[in-house]
Amino acid sequence: MSDTIARPDRFGSNAGQPMTRRDGLAKVTGTATFAADNAREGLLHAVYVPATIARGRVASLRTDAAEAHPGVIRVITPANRPALPGDPEAKPTRFSFAIEVLQDDLVRYAGQPVALVVAETIEAATEGARLVTATYEADPPRTDLDDAPDFGIDTPDFGAPGDVVHGDPEAGHAAASTAIDATYEIAPQYHNAMETHAIVAEWDGDRLLLDTPSQALSMSCAAYAYLFDIPVENVTLRSPYLGGGFGSKAIPNGPLVLAIIAARDLARPVKLMLTRQQMFGPVGHRGQTRQRIRLGADGDGALTVIDHENLAATSSFEMFLEPASNASQGLYAAKALRSRHRGVRLDIGTPGPMRAPGEASGSAVLECAVDEIAEAAGMDPLDFRLKNYAETEPGTGRPYSSKALRECYARGAEAFGWKDRPREPGKMRDEAGLLVGWGMGTAFFPSPMFAAEARATLRADGTAIVETSAADMGQGAWTSLAQIAADSLGLPLDSVEFRSGHSALPDGGVAGGSGHTATAGGALHAAGGNVIRQLGEMAAEQPDSPLFGAGNARLRAHGGRLHVEGDETRSDALVDILARAGKSELVASGKASRPDEDAKRHAMNSHGAVFAEIRVDPDLGQMRVTRLVGAFAAGRIINPRLAESQLKGGMIWGISFALHEEARHDRRTGRIVNADLAEYRVPVNADVRGLEVITVHEDDAYVNALGIKGVGEIGITGTVGAIGNAIHHATGKRFRRFPIRPRDLLAT
Amino acid sequence: MRPFDFVRPNSVAEALAAWEPGAAYLGGGTNLVDLMKTGALRPGRVIDITRLPDLSAIEVAADGSARIGALVRNADLARAAEILRAYPMVAEALLSGASGQLRNAATLGGNLVQHTRCAYFMDAHAACNRRDPGAGCDARGGAADNMAILGHSPACIATNPSDLCVPLVALDASVEIAGPDGGREMPLAAFHMLPGDTPSEATALRPGELIVALHMPPGAADFAHHARYLKVRERTSYAFALVSAAAAFRMEGARIGAARLTLGSVAAKPWRIEEAEDLLAGQMPDDALFARAADAATAGAAPSNDNAWKIELARRTAIRALKMAASGTPDRMPALPASPFGALEAPAHV
Ligand SMILES: Cc1cc2nc3c(=O)[nH]c(=O)nc-3n(C[C@H](O)[C@H](O)[C@H](O)COP(=O)(O)OP(=O)(O)OC[C@H]3O[C@@H](n4cnc5c(N)ncnc54)[C@H](O)[C@@H]3O)c2cc1C
Ligand code: SF4
Repeated sequence: MSDTIARPDRFGSNAGQPMTRRDGLAKVTGTATFAADNAREGLLHAVYVPATIARGRVASLRTDAAEAHPGVIRVITPANRPALPGDPEAKPTRFSFAIEVLQDDLVRYAGQPVALVVAETIEAATEGARLVTATYEADPPRTDLDDAPDFGIDTPDFGAPGDVVHGDPEAGHAAASTAIDATYEIAPQYHNAMETHAIVAEWDGDRLLLDTPSQALSMSCAAYAYLFDIPVENVTLRSPYLGGGFGSKAIPNGPLVLAIIAARDLARPVKLMLTRQQMFGPVGHRGQTRQRIRLGADGDGALTVIDHENLAATSSFEMFLEPASNASQGLYAAKALRSRHRGVRLDIGTPGPMRAPGEASGSAVLECAVDEIAEAAGMDPLDFRLKNYAETEPGTGRPYSSKALRECYARGAEAFGWKDRPREPGKMRDEAGLLVGWGMGTAFFPSPMFAAEARATLRADGTAIVETSAADMGQGAWTSLAQIAADSLGLPLDSVEFRSGHSALPDGGVAGGSGHTATAGGALHAAGGNVIRQLGEMAAEQPDSPLFGAGNARLRAHGGRLHVEGDETRSDALVDILARAGKSELVASGKASRPDEDAKRHAMNSHGAVFAEIRVDPDLGQMRVTRLVGAFAAGRIINPRLAESQLKGGMIWGISFALHEEARHDRRTGRIVNADLAEYRVPVNADVRGLEVITVHEDDAYVNALGIKGVGEIGITGTVGAIGNAIHHATGKRFRRFPIRPRDLLAT
Repeated sequence: MRPFDFVRPNSVAEALAAWEPGAAYLGGGTNLVDLMKTGALRPGRVIDITRLPDLSAIEVAADGSARIGALVRNADLARAAEILRAYPMVAEALLSGASGQLRNAATLGGNLVQHTRCAYFMDAHAACNRRDPGAGCDARGGAADNMAILGHSPACIATNPSDLCVPLVALDASVEIAGPDGGREMPLAAFHMLPGDTPSEATALRPGELIVALHMPPGAADFAHHARYLKVRERTSYAFALVSAAAAFRMEGARIGAARLTLGSVAAKPWRIEEAEDLLAGQMPDDALFARAADAATAGAAPSNDNAWKIELARRTAIRALKMAASGTPDRMPALPASPFGALEAPAHV
């Protein structure tokens, strides 16, 4: 918890309100500057040459034609690359991965940079990159889970999930009167934020100025400082706006570092922006998984075991296994739980966290499997889930900090009309004769909290500046964090200037794991609270103040005044207290993190229930989600408009996961053949119909000072399974590979 | 991309004169510019034809014939009242393609000439006979999965991706061409070429030739009351067809007087099936008849990759399109044109 202020017991005047985005106007009018919008005097452009094989080595690189091309200034290859003080394969931060910055002639995946061309114009750099000719000694690439032997995890770590067992799985299997054993497969997916990765890098002596989108400013600065061996204070990173991140913009990647190397070498600012094609390689993805799941239930439909095995792809040189089977822990009250992970090393870029890493892919499989066993047990899928409702965390027995999942089920089912669902598949048709199917899934996501700091400055004119380096990826942090900050100071939102997205500001932590509002918001809340506490102490000693002598009485700030709680007649204006003290401003800082004991004592998660309706034209293999209702309990909702938009976004990504996203490799070259947004499909407007979000009120006294759980990623969980189950309900057929494609329907 | 000359002629004659080997005409650029970016096409000279006068008119005559200028934008063509009335399946096909933004930019001529979407054609690092004669065909045995099932050859298994061309071929449209050796007109059905040993010859255009207009023959409008385009795809909008079909009837009482059936995305050209049309003519429409026609449509089909599923899909798409045509052209354009989900939808984005 934060280090200062008592927990408020009611909503402030700003939090809880559906404020529109503070950055909205700037974004729709094009005045918001994204990283690549930064033009600089003397700017050079860099374009890298991607490897066209996936495994082997570069046998030769011819750069003369590129160097001769008008406008090209330098072609950087492993042979002439300026030294990089740090080791690109080291881990300067916990979440760092080895990066490829022309350190050798090895090719580890298709699309890996093998040379960098720097030129006066983007056109010259692009053509220069095309003119570099590489020859390779290629080995057969391994791009599918069956292409290489699997391995287990010896030492669990970030990216290396450990196995978890609770109870006796074998006894659970033996005790089951109904059982299912199913293997699901999920294709590799790539983040593909609208804004591709970009950087404008400029050196001034040993000071480095970076404009680059970042979900984690301080962590990124630490990594850059390490790589270039400069003090971290010398790195200035500006990231006011991101065009989406989805987990891929948290840590430096090879192309960004190459641009910084070039800028230092050439003593000029350098800009590099990935093309859409280049987004499929060096910047992370959700690795392919194959998951075997075995469930057992007794004669009453109570789960005796959830046994979930995950086989996940990682790169040949780094470790990140999509921790899919972990999603089976913590949700259903099975007598025994087991989740296991194994990996396969392939010739692909290193996977990484993407849109509910592990939870999304694990939930997809778990929720379909629950549907399978409910059907086998002859139970309605919702009744089955209620039968196996966990009152305390399965396995550990810990209490939940809060859990309004039962209400999510009830409200979602009511809004959707679930009670009218025929149990048997293939029984519903619409007016046009198309098959209709209804399916559901439980949504589940942990509520983590990281560490952050913030600063609040109250000024003599009654306005305030609040600051934290937190990042807005588009989720709405510019607005919701400002709302929290304004409440902490008892000021209207318009009186508060919020500064963010700059590394010189107090460390706002990581925008990731759905923990950003809780974490950065907690720090802002603490900072504002510290200002108010100091003002209270000052007022208590000011004879002219109505609060003189108020002493230990609880004070509360709202409407620009400090009030004695329970005695609204006794109050004083914040500015008057400041004026009497002869101060032009009052500054305080605050911190937030979750104490270990709190984290241990309670299980902390967001929950939800998603209901999907699909229409299927079985002859033509055409599918369309026509309704999607999600009811979510996610602690305190700071801004209902933005939270709803986050939840909807998550559900749309669920459609994408279930029906669309898939990167396809050419098995001979290892290259991805659909590396563009025409062929790597995500849903378009016409694929998203009848989307409804319900937020269920939930007070949580333990999760953090503000009772915030996070809404960023939970929407994708539950949704994928709900859609898969709806397709089964429509067609009577079970599809165990995502995405489910027209040809899959035709094949049966 | 490679540096290139950019010229902007003011007349067809100037455009033809500006042409040199390796030059490319630029319409809306939605296809050409993309391919220049990937490096698949590398013209040394780009000739912007969008300012040429007199190529933007739509003229429909009383006899059901029409002349449509090559620069008419796809969006304008699809929304033109005369087109909707006379050739509704042409409008339906156009509106089922690409996105609103792309249709605003794309021209009629560019749509006719647009290149295959074969992933290996677009990837300058892959071997492709169509781009580079004799280089080989990486699509065969590759991960390209929307390839031809009809008319393919060992040299090339690519499909023509155009939606528009499918109903146009069904309606016997022809292309008016200007060239260094004078003008000519040819049936659209003969315009796109099957690959054979020379896949690099995607169309019948000779070097330097320019499409100036498209002609609809008299009688094309006779099919207006029973004409549908159906497009099967991997998302509800903004996706190329897996398989599509244009089906149309000229009814004589309760009987089919004349029938038209053309499949899209199954071959390097729109696949008109005259055998099926003959089989339908003079008959009473019914499901068994449609099934026989569809069997005729896919009779010679063979997988070219791991795509045998497309053969059955093509058969079913043909049957469905015939059924849709038999039940009549809807009064209004469906909100989701060419989609099995189109009928019940309230108007929305497509
Ligand atoms: C993301 C995406 C999705 C798409 N989806 C679909 C779809 O679902 N269905 C569909 O049918 N299409 C689709 N398209 C393709 C689109 O229809 C074509 O790109 C467009 O019609 C081409 O027209 P243009 O005027 O832009 O041609 P350009 O790009 O300008 O030219 C294309 C080719 O035609 C040549 N050319 C142009 N005009 C003439 C002329 N008058 N005479 C001779 N040669 C000429 C050019 O030299 C070039 O080789 C899609 C395109 C994109 C980018
Ligand atoms: S199918 Fe045709 S277009 Fe595709 S790679 Fe082969 S030759 Fe080229």
